[in-house]
Amino acid sequence: MFCRCEVAYFDPPNTHTCPVCLAFPGALPVPNRQAVEWTILLGHALGCQIPDRAIFHRKNYFYPDNPKGYQISQYDQPLCVNGSFEVPSADGDRVIGIERAHLEEDAAKTIHVGGAEGRIHGAEHSLVDFNRSGTPLVEIVTRPDIRSPEEAKAFLQLLRQTIVELGISDAEMEKGSLRFDVNVSVRPEGSDELRTRTELKNMNSFNFAAKGIEREMRRQIEIYESGGQVDQETLHFDPNNESAPPLRSKEEAQDYRYFPEPDLVPLEPAAELVERLRGDLPELPSARVRRLESEVGFVLAEGLVTSGRDELYSRIPGERAGVANVVMNELAAIGLDPSAVNAEELGKVIAARGEIPRGAFAEALAESASPGFSADRYLAEAAIADVGELDPVIDRILSANESQVEAYRGGKEGLLGFFVGQVMKETGGKANPKIVNERLREKLRG
Amino acid sequence: MIDTLRLTAEEATGLVERGEVSGAELHRAYLDAIAERDPELHAYLCTVDEPDGEGVPIALKDVISTRGVETTAASKILAGYKPVYDATVAARCKAAGLPLLGKTNLDEFAMGSSTENSAYGPTHNPWDPNRVPGGSSGGSTAAVAAGLAPWALGSDTGGSIKQPASLCGVVGLRPTYGTVSRYGIVAFASSLDQVGPIAKTVRDCALLHRIIAGRDPLDSTTVELPEPIELPQAEDLKGLRVGVPKELNEADGIEPGVSEAVNRTIELARELGAEVGECSLPRSVEFGLPCYYLIAPSEASSNLARYDGVRYGLRVGNGDIRAMYERTRDAGFGDEPKRRIMLGTYALSAGYYDAYYGQAQKVRTVIRDEHDAAFEQFDVLVSPTSPTVAFELGARTANPLAMYAADLLTIPSNMAGLPGLSIPCGLSEGLPVGFQLIGRQFSENLLFSTGHALERALGFDFVPERLR
Repeated sequence: MFCRCEVAYFDPPNTHTCPVCLAFPGALPVPNRQAVEWTILLGHALGCQIPDRAIFHRKNYFYPDNPKGYQISQYDQPLCVNGSFEVPSADGDRVIGIERAHLEEDAAKTIHVGGAEGRIHGAEHSLVDFNRSGTPLVEIVTRPDIRSPEEAKAFLQLLRQTIVELGISDAEMEKGSLRFDVNVSVRPEGSDELRTRTELKNMNSFNFAAKGIEREMRRQIEIYESGGQVDQETLHFDPNNESAPPLRSKEEAQDYRYFPEPDLVPLEPAAELVERLRGDLPELPSARVRRLESEVGFVLAEGLVTSGRDELYSRIPGERAGVANVVMNELAAIGLDPSAVNAEELGKVIAARGEIPRGAFAEALAESASPGFSADRYLAEAAIADVGELDPVIDRILSANESQVEAYRGGKEGLLGFFVGQVMKETGGKANPKIVNERLREKLRG
Repeated sequence: MIDTLRLTAEEATGLVERGEVSGAELHRAYLDAIAERDPELHAYLCTVDEPDGEGVPIALKDVISTRGVETTAASKILAGYKPVYDATVAARCKAAGLPLLGKTNLDEFAMGSSTENSAYGPTHNPWDPNRVPGGSSGGSTAAVAAGLAPWALGSDTGGSIKQPASLCGVVGLRPTYGTVSRYGIVAFASSLDQVGPIAKTVRDCALLHRIIAGRDPLDSTTVELPEPIELPQAEDLKGLRVGVPKELNEADGIEPGVSEAVNRTIELARELGAEVGECSLPRSVEFGLPCYYLIAPSEASSNLARYDGVRYGLRVGNGDIRAMYERTRDAGFGDEPKRRIMLGTYALSAGYYDAYYGQAQKVRTVIRDEHDAAFEQFDVLVSPTSPTVAFELGARTANPLAMYAADLLTIPSNMAGLPGLSIPCGLSEGLPVGFQLIGRQFSENLLFSTGHALERALGFDFVPERLR
């Protein structure tokens, strides 16, 4: 943020350092222009106001990951304030208020050696890797507007996708380039008070966060229902062991002795710059979820957008729900690079899905990102659609599985899939699935 | 034979340029002088044997980072610390061909007014070794006064160039805040620290200032100079409006001998053609010192947090990190840094910030406005630099408040970010008296030309009497 060291997550420790990020005597910070501009861009995406003047403050505390003894952060005059972020849901938009988004420098990474699970508690000694020291970090603070674990998860997913699409961070949780702390409190239905909150730290996945909130809500409800009071405290989760009980620490009345950073002058972004950045905003994920919702329903729309697959979805011609399903399920499972997929050709294959053998369909999906991929080859693999050819196979299978036939006729219609599978096996996957289904239903009815 | 006591940097530059003396010979001559006189004075913390450059050598205050050369800020906590990089001012000197002669003594972390707070022992005044050279840049001013360096750099937070220049009978400039890079300067109080030149003459100061001043992309608080630094030529002061702030010239504690020398100099200015008038800076003088002692320690408490024993310098103890911090900082810092860290930590604490640091910053605006108003009527404001001549070693060490009062007259303009030049203007009790000239922001050229005209007319002999 304030030096020129490269951001490199997995390089050997302490290979990207300089006098500034190691806090040698006399070293001074110089703000990273790109980071300031990207924060303003993010502020626009979060619907924030960008004040005329923002100030860096020093946040003073001693810790080995904090080489200067203070972190350069923002305090009462951050770059972005008063935003709102719309999170579409199945029953309308939820608007999450954004208190602020401010820019600061990341701390170094401490590695605790000899203790259980890499925790500081019980460690023999700690090592410090300063590669991360001084990396630009934006902290986004929401208002207490999130009402459920599901909503928290949906918000976080959409926020992450927004950050990724703005191109300002890869926002990968395993690298630590996206991290979040969650504050939780509960209250009786209908009440609008905000009761004592607890803070959950070390949340490193969306599901983990949702589960953590769920657990914490239950714990607080139990406390209130048994007549107790919730203490304000911080719960540190072990990201490597989701079921382990969190370590607790009382919130110390830590005094950071904030004061304006005298080594830096105030940031006064020019109005033209702020406007130019506003103009640089692409269509945001939340808007696209709403647009796609009318085509494929909310669940698929949200899934497509937050997984970053909606661009591929939009490129593939054909019946929308069918395309969406293929993109979200079969294609996602294969793990192809969505941008490399030949959408036009794949669309033809999806349209003919019922007419070609399953094996051919699966193969086509797998090859859809390869150079020279063409639908023709797969469409030409005519499936066995000749009833005369299929009926004997079907009859043979039905008579070999009399008990299942009886069960089906007794109401277990889910067994249809079993019979389809048997036919496919017998025909080497070459039977036309649509015809097989029709014939089986008819014969089983009889 | 090079007479380092008399030789000015300008003359030395001429000798080198004309090929009469080589840079290496000059360097040798100063090392010889150091070997002869520094055991008594202790102006240097270390010297450099091999010159790195062909020009006139320079001494740097030991808060200025020098690549590969120990930089301690006169603190035990930085014992053995060799920077991996040059401060911008050190790099600019190097680029101008000025080889490093050595690192000079100071009050630990530039906190003090006598150079007695050095963890490596005090520096003595070349005019009288029983007396202090002033501080915190006392090593640099003593070195120049005693002919142990043709010129030097100091740093000035509350008066740490001007006051020791005054006490040692040399010329020192505290530049406009933001005109000289602080990159690589061991920080004391970031919003006040400024590096500046120390030399025997005003012209030498101007030559050196020209080398170091100007915007540095590595220090965001620096700006481009509005005009280049010129070598002063003025012989008179015709048309110059000189203001004499009442409170700076009549403050309690100004010695009669100091007042006399300063008043004679003001009279001289009039004779040289200046219009002299009285003005007033009541709040600047009343509140300058107390506000300074809130702002400077506050920033210092934060700036000195990095000396934690983790990455460089002293480390005492092992195992528990908190215990290591405490033992390292306890053993590494002297009393004055500890006192200021505690003052500053307190002043920045929740619940006190608004009353102390916040309020002091507001007063700073008042001080600036008051100076601006004075500069509507005057071009230069003048006063004694220090209320007293050099005092005896140990005279004030037991009383921090008496020591703090040494900066009473230099602090107000520093708080306003203004440039100030101190020139010697005579003797009182056989010891030099300093004359302070304060200018508008970026008015260094005017200060130099005014100082130069006065210097010519004064004819002060900068060689200490006992060394002549």
